[in-house]
Amino acid sequence: MGLDIRWPIGLMFTLIGALLAGFGLVKGSESVSLGININLIWGAVLLVFGVLMLLGAIKGGKTPPSA
Amino acid sequence: MQAIQLQWIDYTILIAYVAFVIGIGLALSRYMKTSADFLTSARSIPTWVTGLAFISANLGALELVGMAASGAKYGISTAHFYWVGAIPAMIFLAVFMMPFYYGSKARSVPEYLKMRFDERVRALNSFAFAVMTIFASGISMNALAKLLHSLLGWDYNFALFVSSGVVLLYVLKGGLTSAIYTEVLQFFMIVLGFAPVVYLGLKDVGGWHSMNSALQTVATNPAAIYLKDAGTTYAPNAWTSAWQPVLAGPTHNPMGVDWFAMIFGLGFVLSFGYWCTNFLVVQRAMAAKNMTAARNTPLVAAVPKMFFPFLVIVPGMIAAALTTLPDKGYRIPPPVIAQANYDKAIADVKNANGADAVKIIGDDLGKKVDAGKITSLIAANTASKLTNTQIQQGLYNSVAENDYDGVILSLVKKYCPAGLLGLALTALLASFMSGMAGNVTAFNTVFTYDIYQAYFAKGKSDAHYMWVGKVITVVGILLSIGAAYFASMYNNCMDIIQLVFGFVNAPLFATFLLGMFWKRTTATGAFLGLFCGIGSSALFHALTIAQGNTPGIKGGYLKVVSTFPSEMAQNFWLAAFAFIACFTLTLVISMATARTKSDADLKGLVYSLTPKIVDNNAPIYQRPAVVGVVLLIVCIILNLIFW
Repeated sequence: MGLDIRWPIGLMFTLIGALLAGFGLVKGSESVSLGININLIWGAVLLVFGVLMLLGAIKGGKTPPSA
Repeated sequence: MQAIQLQWIDYTILIAYVAFVIGIGLALSRYMKTSADFLTSARSIPTWVTGLAFISANLGALELVGMAASGAKYGISTAHFYWVGAIPAMIFLAVFMMPFYYGSKARSVPEYLKMRFDERVRALNSFAFAVMTIFASGISMNALAKLLHSLLGWDYNFALFVSSGVVLLYVLKGGLTSAIYTEVLQFFMIVLGFAPVVYLGLKDVGGWHSMNSALQTVATNPAAIYLKDAGTTYAPNAWTSAWQPVLAGPTHNPMGVDWFAMIFGLGFVLSFGYWCTNFLVVQRAMAAKNMTAARNTPLVAAVPKMFFPFLVIVPGMIAAALTTLPDKGYRIPPPVIAQANYDKAIADVKNANGADAVKIIGDDLGKKVDAGKITSLIAANTASKLTNTQIQQGLYNSVAENDYDGVILSLVKKYCPAGLLGLALTALLASFMSGMAGNVTAFNTVFTYDIYQAYFAKGKSDAHYMWVGKVITVVGILLSIGAAYFASMYNNCMDIIQLVFGFVNAPLFATFLLGMFWKRTTATGAFLGLFCGIGSSALFHALTIAQGNTPGIKGGYLKVVSTFPSEMAQNFWLAAFAFIACFTLTLVISMATARTKSDADLKGLVYSLTPKIVDNNAPIYQRPAVVGVVLLIVCIILNLIFW
């Protein structure tokens, strides 16, 4: 099939990661669980994962879906 | 459980996920030109994608809710479903069975049976499989709707229709490819959504060692947290060792199983029956782009699968451990009780006098209650007036029953702030959807090719079958809703799934084993053997019962001939019995009947008549036999670590 699945995975986790980390950064007090700002930390993890997937897709050489 | 309020960030994550899933379906819809594109992905997908979809299709309600439930109920022994069950079976599928499935060009498992045997075997298998997928899908949907109802306060029916509507949309647009692609997305969503919950849970309980020592308290007196009847006691390692309690015998482990039922019933019959013959998972490997990719699919899947217990079983163990630690303010949630019942009980706590107060309050709640806790609650209220909220909390803690399926949710609720909550909730949603989509895509293929095309409308145009495939997708989802109500009658959906698999899948593996590895197996032998195998499962269930159950839907409705220590033991023995019945009958009847297929007909379908695949040209890490052995060694090491 013509769609490289790494595109949607990468895009989605980049988006969600950025959202979550951003939320953790702005609303630090609402993001704490057991004394750690879990939104910021985990958002960053998701962001890195998403970007790596996107890099994989770009390196894989397939163009993003036009739809 | 009180409904919780989601914030905009949670809804945004949820909506983003749903949008991406539907987007994948829409993006793929322009590639759906033939029925093969829609129903079988036209064999075009890379290995890592089919591999992750292979486990993700099975990562439904069973995995997340059921495994966490069993983790609390039985501890680390639950990992046997992986380390004794899934992994060896997946390796066997990759190394020995995939060449026949993929090489025969069959479009489905029932179609393989038709090539190897005849129409009768196919008909029997395809009908049984269709029923089973509907049940499995119904269980998924029931769990999801219950979850959305208890967590978000959504109406059960609304939740059911909205979530199945989403699945319907993307499966209808992009067919099997859409299901497989979204399963990969779901795989990452589930792993990344739950990992922080497990981490926070472990941190809260004080780390792995603190969890284990708390679980030793659980093992010596499981009645204290209502896991077992009063007076039951096990060795301290019953929740933390995988093998020693099982080897010690059925009365020494909370599952109530013996080693033979564990290894033969679960490890051999149920697991091989599920992973090697269930079209739901095999279909993912059959969609791979070539033979090597198809054979490597289960092996790629086995790597994360092996470590899933840490993601899905450990939360249950954390929950049981936390419940024993009073300062954590946590208990395994009791069954959901309506607010009206709580209100009545609160009034009776306030008006309590006399010896029968405990009984009255228990009747108000409609559950078993802890008499000691109710008495001290009444005393506390008499000493100084408590607020309604405090009394309700006291009543909540006094219910002497557990709703194990609520374990995972209660942890998510306890540890996730807004944001992470949305992520974990989305992961849960993803797992249910993948279970549902997986079943529906398997159902529509089998129904279209093996039932409709085979018996109702041969030789129509491909466009016609594509149309039927789409209609059946809708019908499948509607039927699943009916099955959802059946599933809601059981408190642990795990047991019911095992039961259904026992009826249908356990005898089936005997048919495949003989069919693939013994050319003398005849169609009549296979058909009658399988038919009687399924019949014997049903009979076995009708004649046996698990301790503590009353004869009826849980077995023993004809006559109780034998009683097992637990439902799980009953299920494992049922599977073992059905397998042996099917194996013996198929063998004997095959000897007594003439072969209808020559050696030439069976080329590519039977082991001894098929040229061996030579892997020597492939790099060593792509040779299924080599990779399989390595994975098996890692799996054995895991068993030893948690011995």
